[in-house]
Amino acid sequence: MEAVEYTTPKTVSEAVQAMASKGDRARALAGGTDLLVQLRGGRRSADLVVDVKDIPELNEISYSSSGGLTIGAAAPCYRIYQDAAVAANYPGLVDSASLIGSIQIQGRASLGGNLCNSAPSADAIPAMIALGAVANIAGPNGTRQVAVEDFCTGPGRNVLEPGEILVSINMPAPQASSGANYLRFIPRNEMDIAVAGVGSSVVLDGSGQNFVSGRISLASVAPTPVFCEAAGASLAGKPVSDEAIEEAARLAMEDAKPITDMRGTIRQRVHLVGVLTRRTLNNAIQRARGE
Amino acid sequence: MPGLVHVSTTINGNPTDFLCEPRQSLLEVLRDVLGMTGTKEGCNDGNCGACTVMFDGRIVTSCLVLGVEAQGKEISTIEGVASPEGLHPVQQAFLENAALQCGICTPGFIVAAKALLDREPDADEGRIRHWLAGNLCRCTGYDKIVRAVLDAEDKMKA
Repeated sequence: MEAVEYTTPKTVSEAVQAMASKGDRARALAGGTDLLVQLRGGRRSADLVVDVKDIPELNEISYSSSGGLTIGAAAPCYRIYQDAAVAANYPGLVDSASLIGSIQIQGRASLGGNLCNSAPSADAIPAMIALGAVANIAGPNGTRQVAVEDFCTGPGRNVLEPGEILVSINMPAPQASSGANYLRFIPRNEMDIAVAGVGSSVVLDGSGQNFVSGRISLASVAPTPVFCEAAGASLAGKPVSDEAIEEAARLAMEDAKPITDMRGTIRQRVHLVGVLTRRTLNNAIQRARGE
Repeated sequence: MPGLVHVSTTINGNPTDFLCEPRQSLLEVLRDVLGMTGTKEGCNDGNCGACTVMFDGRIVTSCLVLGVEAQGKEISTIEGVASPEGLHPVQQAFLENAALQCGICTPGFIVAAKALLDREPDADEGRIRHWLAGNLCRCTGYDKIVRAVLDAEDKMKA
């Protein structure tokens, strides 16, 4: 790895100052499981590494039934899936946090880092999009909020401007009779990158027999994570049925624009989007019904 | 050119100070600065688990931690597993079950397996295999490793 400077700001404003002092030559460090590999391999370079793990807001995990869930951008996966409130209210998020990398990686890697790394294959991003997550950003010009589906702009690229850091991610409190699920396809049991992944969430009516709303998002089938707005919206008002799920899966497949590479072909990936959309919707429905 | 940084940490219970460049990984610091070569370098990108150490109570791949991040942390390595009285039950079980061949992956497996058994003394085979998915071995085919961990688990409960 090339020589870098290293700093450990204790507040958000110190971090923003440090980031801004080096412009696009500064990188924020949370778990480092992507950044250090990229710096060492020459895929990214930096003059300054800003370790954000000493900043309280970036380590927070807090939940309230009014404000929903706030996850600090540097909170590692294991803290997310071991948190009782997260496990009880956001099992769809736990799905993704508990399948990223190995136990070793989960001890360091954060959902905020997964978002900022902006890989098309990121497992946590579709799960967060399905849950309606919003990114809280701080920068030299103050703070702003960006919906997670609008955060990534290309492979490894996102809306963060030089000097800005991701502070936290907010997810609304789950509505009554709601459920979510994330699944990916990999050709082994663990430790692999998604050939395709789907995150789904649904809200059902009081009877549990009709969709009120739905959100569906895809991994590894486009240059960025994909929010399938039409597929999710198609569920609204329909009875829970194989036909409604099939129609949502068809619309999700239309939104998939994958490439053929060493992990899978276009045809396989589009097919997987259909399969995983049906499975995640059925799992989300079961969770919404408390089954 | 950034200079050397002074880091104060605790390794295997011993207060330890070292100097390192910010670009150096904890793995490089352990091996090249401190001469603690029990922790092995495999892939150097977080896939193989050979460099697994305990970092504030969690297993991590030390190739993906910067040495400067060790400031104020508690680290334990393979060198801290055995005691003056003898090998740890996990180490003894690896020997008795022939769970190593070339030995490069072994320190990582032992640190990871001990971390699991310390937390979950009743981990079943599926849990052990899942927990150790981040440690690669190209010699044994894993079965002997898993049997060794199950054996160590029995002995630690006895």
